[in-house]
Amino acid sequence: MNAPMSKTAVPALQLEGLRKSFGRTEIIRGVDLSIQRGELHAVIGPNGAGKSTLFNLITGRFAPTSGTVRLHGTDLAGMAPFQINRMGLSRSFQITNIFPKMTVFENVRCSLLWSQGYRYSFWNLVSRSRELNEGADEILEQINLTARRDLPAGVLSYAEQRALEIGITIAGGADVIMLDEPTAGMSHSETDYIVELIRKVTENKTLVMVEHDMGVVFGLADRISVLVYGEIIATGRPEDVRANPKVQEAYLGAALEAEH
Amino acid sequence: MDLVVINLIDGLVTGLLLFMLSSGLTLIFSMMGVLNFAHASFYMLGAYFAYQISLYVGFWPGLLIAPLIVGVLGALVERYGLRRVHQYGHVPELIFTFGLALLIEEVVQFIWGKNIVPFDEPELLNFALFSIGGNAIPAYKVFMIFISIGIFLALLYVLTRTRVGMVIQAALSYPRTVEALGHNVPLVFMGVFGVGTALAGVAGVIAGPVLGTFPGMAFLLGSIVFVTIVIGGLGSLWGALVASLLIGWLTTFAATSTFEFASLLTAIGLERPEDLSESYIRDLWTLSLPQIGPILPYILMVLILVFRPFGLFGKRDV
Amino acid sequence: MTDTTHKSAVSTPASRLTLGQVAPWLFAIAFLVLLPFVFKSNAALTIMNQMMITIVFALAYNMLLGQGGMLSFGHAVYLGFGGFMCMHIMNAVEDNGLPLPLPLLPIFGGLFGLGLATIIGSFSTRRAGTVFAMISLGIGELIAACTVIIVVLFGGEEGISGDRTYGLPVFGYEFLQQIEVYYVLGFWTVLSALLMYLFSRTPVGRMANAVRDNPERAEFLGYSARWVRFYSFCASGFFAGVAGAMVAINYEILTEQSMSATQSGVILLVAFLGGVGFFFGPIIGAIVFTLLQSVLSLYTEIWQLYLGALFLATVMFFPGGLAGVLMMHVPVARLGKFGLLVMPYIKTLLPALVSVIGVSALMEIIFHYRHAPPGDEEMTLFWVTFDSHNLLAMLIAFVVAAAGFWVAKRNSGELRNAWHAANTPDGGRA
Repeated sequence: MNAPMSKTAVPALQLEGLRKSFGRTEIIRGVDLSIQRGELHAVIGPNGAGKSTLFNLITGRFAPTSGTVRLHGTDLAGMAPFQINRMGLSRSFQITNIFPKMTVFENVRCSLLWSQGYRYSFWNLVSRSRELNEGADEILEQINLTARRDLPAGVLSYAEQRALEIGITIAGGADVIMLDEPTAGMSHSETDYIVELIRKVTENKTLVMVEHDMGVVFGLADRISVLVYGEIIATGRPEDVRANPKVQEAYLGAALEAEH
Repeated sequence: MDLVVINLIDGLVTGLLLFMLSSGLTLIFSMMGVLNFAHASFYMLGAYFAYQISLYVGFWPGLLIAPLIVGVLGALVERYGLRRVHQYGHVPELIFTFGLALLIEEVVQFIWGKNIVPFDEPELLNFALFSIGGNAIPAYKVFMIFISIGIFLALLYVLTRTRVGMVIQAALSYPRTVEALGHNVPLVFMGVFGVGTALAGVAGVIAGPVLGTFPGMAFLLGSIVFVTIVIGGLGSLWGALVASLLIGWLTTFAATSTFEFASLLTAIGLERPEDLSESYIRDLWTLSLPQIGPILPYILMVLILVFRPFGLFGKRDV
Repeated sequence: MTDTTHKSAVSTPASRLTLGQVAPWLFAIAFLVLLPFVFKSNAALTIMNQMMITIVFALAYNMLLGQGGMLSFGHAVYLGFGGFMCMHIMNAVEDNGLPLPLPLLPIFGGLFGLGLATIIGSFSTRRAGTVFAMISLGIGELIAACTVIIVVLFGGEEGISGDRTYGLPVFGYEFLQQIEVYYVLGFWTVLSALLMYLFSRTPVGRMANAVRDNPERAEFLGYSARWVRFYSFCASGFFAGVAGAMVAINYEILTEQSMSATQSGVILLVAFLGGVGFFFGPIIGAIVFTLLQSVLSLYTEIWQLYLGALFLATVMFFPGGLAGVLMMHVPVARLGKFGLLVMPYIKTLLPALVSVIGVSALMEIIFHYRHAPPGDEEMTLFWVTFDSHNLLAMLIAFVVAAAGFWVAKRNSGELRNAWHAANTPDGGRA
């Protein structure tokens, strides 16, 4: 798909001089990144490069040591995850993070509540809202879990739980979707299924994704950033990044190091 | 001035006693994430066991044997009770220890009855060591201070100077790493639980003769101990020490003070009404500080929680 | 998951009430209305009133523990506060002639409980789990201790008493009779239970479950875990206050005892025995507990020991409580294989019961041996009178206990197999 690349538009997500230290160790060492509306952006890098930390900084799970994160031009400094979510940013997790004791349907329905304006309502019954229940069933349809609708989410297979994780992430209708290793630990056929799913559900949305599977990355992303030791060493279109000698050297070198 | 010194000594005794309980509780909590609601029940068991032993062989063997039995019981509880409940999560673990506290209290009543048992300090220490301004300081109190400090130093030594201590310290900060290094974490857990409860047992043995050995003694001290570790910051040993001493002195000084709230009311310009029963604040007119002494720790806890939600020394992500 | 064409037939949102939803409530109402026609004695009414108060309180408590994942060790203060305030209202009605009908009192009890919960919850719900539990314990102790100090509000040691009959008569009833009180309490029990059930079906009620299971994920769905907990806490405080008002109506007195840590512990025990995982669990817990308490305490001095052991066994072996055990049988019933379980149950549970009787006999004998006044060596157990210092009695009790245990243990394998068979659909082997 074509990302609108007009220079005047406010980027969906903009990071400026982002740094994060844990104790004396600096994990993120000055990241600048601008992601346009509608772009499918992948962040790759060797293990321990700080990809998940970067995600946690953007979504408000950790506070940055310095630097700013802007969502549609608004500075997110000091905001809690739930406030950032309400501004239209939603994320999934590397380790499956669902509500295991609730049914699959309930999982999805809960993630629709805020966006449909129910807030902390105790005067509406969730079963009485056609919009809410049909919305949840639509999402289930999209992620192919209709047949599992009334099972507790905890008993689903791993791939199904990953699909549900994506379903919960997109349900609220956020326009910036962040997926943390959506295909981690999956077989080939399962990966294909998830990629198809991601493509389907992120239409007309901004996607930021951390991924290890290069097939997925190069097949899906409009642009790619390479993160090594807390710094972005290259950002660009897939073919440019692939051809970049600095990336090849640094990424392969670091990848080899990480394996020892 | 004399009274201040005496209060300092009394407060120190209470504070150190609290610390013997709160340190074990903190160790167990920071290693296993379990707040042992029954901790004070092990303290009570220490007192009762020592009493039973003292009937046959006197006080001194009990000081050694009773904590040992309590520690073994604690380790068994960890091995066969807690470890089983562990799979359900921390809240069920807490409910389990709560149930254990109930059961231990009932069992103690079943065996030794509802009344206080005649557990007294040993003859050897039943004299006044010295006196301050005409107030005798019993030798037993000084003995309690020495025992508590001795145990505190031993704990410090084990934690900072021995191999086991290193493992425990590492497990406090990075539980998963220690397991990865090949240490037998379940065994360490069982050991820490045993030692923690044994410490509570020692506290019970030496406190039993002074504070009384009766079925309610666990709950009476227990809730204060929980408040102590919340004030100190859950999981912080230094916090537990500071909070224990703070509460020890706070309650002791409050108990002997002569402050009346009436003077406060007069100071802000209120006049004592003729007929108190008509006044809505009549309780304030008759209230004195010793009366609210026992609830001061709770008030302190609420204040701390409002202004410093993680306690005095608490880390944010415990 | 490849089955993409399968479209669920049950996905039409229920916009009309179904019989299945309404039937349990109609049944409960009919049951409560008819119960006094079966059990007419005053003693029975006393037990039933106590039971209804416990039901409302246990359900309110479970809004925290079961629905919201918050373990409270000090929930009796909200019941007590609501109750005490209702006693003051009752006295104001008597002294100043306020035209207030008695059945409306629980509204005020609820509002006072809500008020206190709003204040306390504003800081106590910041964190869940262990910290919340400790704070609830500390606050509970603090407020319970205040009952003795603030005499104006709580009447000190003797509490606050009043007379319920001065309120505005309702259809001529002045609530002099126990049976009239029964119906007032019954009305509030059903209404409170219904409202609490409906609360669990609202957005904030559903999110309470979500926050209980995974607070972090809930935050990434736009909900602040802390405020979700806060709203549950306030709602729970309201219904605890309603239960307090029911205490005020029923007993016409509140003492420090209703706010004590013991009361808070009891309600945890009731809710957990019944089962915190299901809405109706605490109702079962309240009924069973009240019956046990009233019956066991008549026959034995050490009933609390049995209760403690039962509680601990529930936590260790049946964390779902009685409701959990009941619901385990739903799949079996669906498969229509309940018959497979009947004989194995009898063969295991009957000897187990015999063993429990043996153990309790042993306990009673030992207790009598240790605590009976000197010279009183005669005791009666299970309609048999004997000398508690006689070793033979202990021996018999021990043998009964051991034999029952041995048989139960031997047959438990059979039960396990039957359980497995009853849970396996027929298609598997055919």
